[in-house]
Amino acid sequence: MQTSFTPEQLEDPHVAESEKILRRCVHCGFCTATCPTYLTLGNELDSPRGRIYLIKDMLENGRAADEQVVTHIDRCLSCLSCVTTCPSGVDYMHLVDHARVHIENTYRRPLADRLVRGLLAAVLPYPARFRTALTLAKFGRPFAPLLKQVKALRPLAAMLDLAPQAAAAPQSSVLRGAQPVLGIRRGRVAILSGCAQSVLDPGINLATVRLLARFGVEVVVPEGEGCCGALVHHMGREDEALGFARRNVDVWMREIDNKGLDAIIITASGCGTTIKDYGHMLRLDPDYAEKAAKVSALASDITEYLTTLDLPRQEPKRLNVAYHSACSMQHGQKITVAPKLLLKNAGFTVRDPAEGHLCCGSAGTYNILQPEISSELKARKVKNIEATKPDVIATGNIGCMTQIGSGTAIPIVHTVELLDWAYGGEKPGKLKG
Amino acid sequence: MPEAIQFLLPRPEVLARRSIIIDDLCGLLPADCVIHEARELVPFETDAFVSYRRMPLAVVLPRTTSQVAAVMKYCHRNSIPVVPRGAGTSLSGGAIPQEDAVVLGLSRMARIIEIDYANRTATVQAGVTNLSISEAVGIDGFFYAPDPSSQLACTIGGNIGMNSGGAHCLKYGVTTNNLLGVKLVLVDGEVIEIGGKHLDAAGYDLLGLVCGSEGQLGIVTEATVRLIAKPEGARPVLFGFETSEEAGACVADIIASGIIPVAIEFMDKPAIEICEAFAKAGYPLDVGALLIVEVEGSEAEMDAMLENIVGIARRHAVLTVRECQSATEAALIWKGRKSAFGATGRIADYICMDGTVPLSKLSYVLKQTSEIIDRFGLRVANVFHAGDGNMHPLILFNANDPEEAMKAEEAGNEILKLCVDAGGCLTGEHGVGIEKRDLMRHQYTDAELAQQMAVRAAFDEDWILNPSKVFPLEGRG
Repeated sequence: MQTSFTPEQLEDPHVAESEKILRRCVHCGFCTATCPTYLTLGNELDSPRGRIYLIKDMLENGRAADEQVVTHIDRCLSCLSCVTTCPSGVDYMHLVDHARVHIENTYRRPLADRLVRGLLAAVLPYPARFRTALTLAKFGRPFAPLLKQVKALRPLAAMLDLAPQAAAAPQSSVLRGAQPVLGIRRGRVAILSGCAQSVLDPGINLATVRLLARFGVEVVVPEGEGCCGALVHHMGREDEALGFARRNVDVWMREIDNKGLDAIIITASGCGTTIKDYGHMLRLDPDYAEKAAKVSALASDITEYLTTLDLPRQEPKRLNVAYHSACSMQHGQKITVAPKLLLKNAGFTVRDPAEGHLCCGSAGTYNILQPEISSELKARKVKNIEATKPDVIATGNIGCMTQIGSGTAIPIVHTVELLDWAYGGEKPGKLKG
Repeated sequence: MPEAIQFLLPRPEVLARRSIIIDDLCGLLPADCVIHEARELVPFETDAFVSYRRMPLAVVLPRTTSQVAAVMKYCHRNSIPVVPRGAGTSLSGGAIPQEDAVVLGLSRMARIIEIDYANRTATVQAGVTNLSISEAVGIDGFFYAPDPSSQLACTIGGNIGMNSGGAHCLKYGVTTNNLLGVKLVLVDGEVIEIGGKHLDAAGYDLLGLVCGSEGQLGIVTEATVRLIAKPEGARPVLFGFETSEEAGACVADIIASGIIPVAIEFMDKPAIEICEAFAKAGYPLDVGALLIVEVEGSEAEMDAMLENIVGIARRHAVLTVRECQSATEAALIWKGRKSAFGATGRIADYICMDGTVPLSKLSYVLKQTSEIIDRFGLRVANVFHAGDGNMHPLILFNANDPEEAMKAEEAGNEILKLCVDAGGCLTGEHGVGIEKRDLMRHQYTDAELAQQMAVRAAFDEDWILNPSKVFPLEGRG
């Protein structure tokens, strides 16, 4: 598609990159068909093609973001379904990332919106604060219906609704330091302990460590790592996001330079998509570009890594598993086959729900910031999953687990929890009783 | 932006009353159905014929036929042009608005109303995408046959407007052959039903008239289409040739022999490379041209038909014949073919021609096309429905180079004229839109055009429905 930027505008490397992305788009409109918000709202402005056009118009005219543009960009889930669909290879992810930073830098949001976003950015990436917040949420929950009455306060109500009844105990210190490895040593990996997942469901990483240890893989959690930065990155808070990225790069590089790492294992695909993008995010930082690229290259979803271990085939279990592929898994990282193959190989019967390419509406903080669209998508997703009559739902992203779990009575677990069970671990708690 | 194709000058009395019109529209429809802020109108200024752009006056997104009728009644009474829009995937600019026009988007009318297996029909709202009909009935062994490459996104309303075709139309016919009825909102807001669940209706074939009328006779809000039972099996087979001319001649011989496969699709070398890069379907990269021939039926039927086709292909020195081995492979072969236009965006901007020629002239036209392209110093990728003689040269250019963009347009015009001169026509399935409007005189005599315009006038005397399209602006009477 034709673009019109001045040479001066193109001196900004971010604008230059967006221009290149825009030039690829031929405006064919295929992307509209698989966009969850277009399917929900039926307005091209809430489709990838509409957003691309809004962003193009804003950037070409060197204009600050305004209410209209912000409304439609905010409604984007960043699920990247459009990227899978696009035949032209438009890199929508980096275009919308740029737009979000531009919005953050040039637009002053209404007070309530600023407060909610500030709160999310100050709490979610920090496990201790998040744990405290969940404890407080218990006392706040009775007020949720009241908060829903005021549009600007609905995100707070959504937060209270999503908070689990009881916060899990702190992630066991068993994750710190090296684990005893059984059998022949086949590798050494770091695992991202991350932020929200370690509070909401520490069992996921514990299952991962157990499973890997059983197959001869040493797992380390280097001191100092934390949130990958995705949460703030998707809010356009780029300085904060890059701060998180640099810190993690430093931590992992120390480990790589010290004893070496075969992979950096991630058990939340939302984080995986971001860490695999560190190389791009830090490309303009001469001190970090190379190191970040190295880290990104080592980043691996747990299911990707497990396929390298040739796990033995297990007896059939007569358990129907509906596999929900997180958007960050299938669209962000293009991992579509591995998790299902692993589950089948481990003896589970895998069911593919209809409309598997559509987002469940979780999308990081989306279910808090856009509760209406999010709950429509959740209902659609749950309906499709329940139609497969599963005994259990498996997925690879904590956000989806929380979102879908809040809409169905069917237990939902992380893929790796089922695999740990199949290969000698305990039955996941949610499947007991 | 290229300016060779003109739009009608906006009606000053409409522009002058813009804010009143918007207030009135907001009164007719719920607030979230009217878009009027300048920022938000920009994304509606074009469709997939992206070289041309015009800002609309407003966009409305109604949810019901009665809302559509209310908008039409109002616009008719106030002489405000209306441009219908489905998914905005037109390659001929059929959905490009103009400054004094209200864009009437059908994207929110996307419900499947009824599936009737007893009568083998589906009744759907106009904003339903083409593919979603086949998806809804696929589990029961049925499908909707016309399959434009944009079927994932394009709407039935748009398909009816352009009488769309697709790869599998060689056997099953185009939209008009699969359409049984429509609900049509006339220009003054009157709602009429045409056709139904039967193959013919008493009186004039108004359905035939509406199909392909490019939104100029009324607004289709619902359609009843024919469902077809899926064949026992289907097998796409790849045939590689040294040259495009050889492949073209082979197509002509297959059809001349009386064989009708489900589809015969053609790709030349540049198109093969583009599609392979996107779909990784395993197209042979060492051939000059490729045919995807799909046969269907029982194993025995498919074997017999293929044997005949392979025999003909051998007479044309076919280099490779590759049967696909699995359903996944077949799906990839079609995914690559159907994404060809979009995938071209990876290497260049393009405009896509849609001329149709008699099969006996296919080789000749292919050769002449490359000569025209060479003369303009441009590049071309050919990917098209060869069995129908429906050619799609994609003329590659750089949209940021105005001179090259102009050259591409001129070369396109020459190619389309070539198709007409070879005994063919300007458009096989994409519609005239604005793109081919000024070439209509090359295809038709004044009397022929006048007769078409007389039909149009019987539906819309004041030229408010999609007025800049189809007919040359001069001599409209």
